[in-house]
Amino acid sequence: MSKGKSHPRPLSPHLQIYTKMLTMMVSISHRITGVALYFGFLALAWWLLAAASGPDYFDFVQTLFGSWLGRLVLFGFTWALVHHALGGIRHMIWDIGYGFELATIEWLARANLAGSIVLTLLIWIVGYWVR
Amino acid sequence: MGLRTPLGRARGLGTGHSGTEHFWRERVTSLAGVPLVAFVIIFIVAMNGADYVSVIQAIHNPFVAIGLVLAIFNLAYHMWLGMQVVVEDYVASKPRRTATLLASTFYCTAVALAAVYAVLKISFGN
Repeated sequence: MSKGKSHPRPLSPHLQIYTKMLTMMVSISHRITGVALYFGFLALAWWLLAAASGPDYFDFVQTLFGSWLGRLVLFGFTWALVHHALGGIRHMIWDIGYGFELATIEWLARANLAGSIVLTLLIWIVGYWVR
Repeated sequence: MGLRTPLGRARGLGTGHSGTEHFWRERVTSLAGVPLVAFVIIFIVAMNGADYVSVIQAIHNPFVAIGLVLAIFNLAYHMWLGMQVVVEDYVASKPRRTATLLASTFYCTAVALAAVYAVLKISFGN
């Protein structure tokens, strides 16, 4: 025993103590994107209300969303939406009882992240294409 | 086996008194959300750079309007369920938790009804 000296006691695990892992990052970003989309719904409602309000107000909102800042925010929401949707599919695979092998879990995390980036870029490329 | 009463076991609801109801509803809205989100994304991409008249004409189509209304209800319900989990995880104090959950309910209801109203107004209008 020590002579009354205080030793650092083991702590229960918490976020700062875990080694950062991709699966953990993807899990956290699933929640963060979910919360972002919760507020992002306002943008969809606003756009629809603008269309219902008449041409002048609609043009105003279109210009706002079409500005570089508006487009940046919408790009972010596109990624969040795709990432959260793919994450949901990932969870669905687990819910029906598949994909619990470590290698599969790691692959699913990579696929979720890569898929969200590729699909987001694809959506925006098509978006500019049809314009 | 165990300490549960036969009635408790039959109900299968556990200490939360709602069993797996919340989990299940989150999954159902998640499953429905996949095609609905795909539809919303395709619709918005198709409407990119479109003028007012084109957007109004598109939403005038009953299939587009029904798709949008389904997506709005489904997503609003899904995000209400999801936010409940987040709030219950991070807001420890009971009064603040209740207040936050109430605010979330009001927000989700208001934003969903506003969006649905907008779609229906356009779709029913001429």
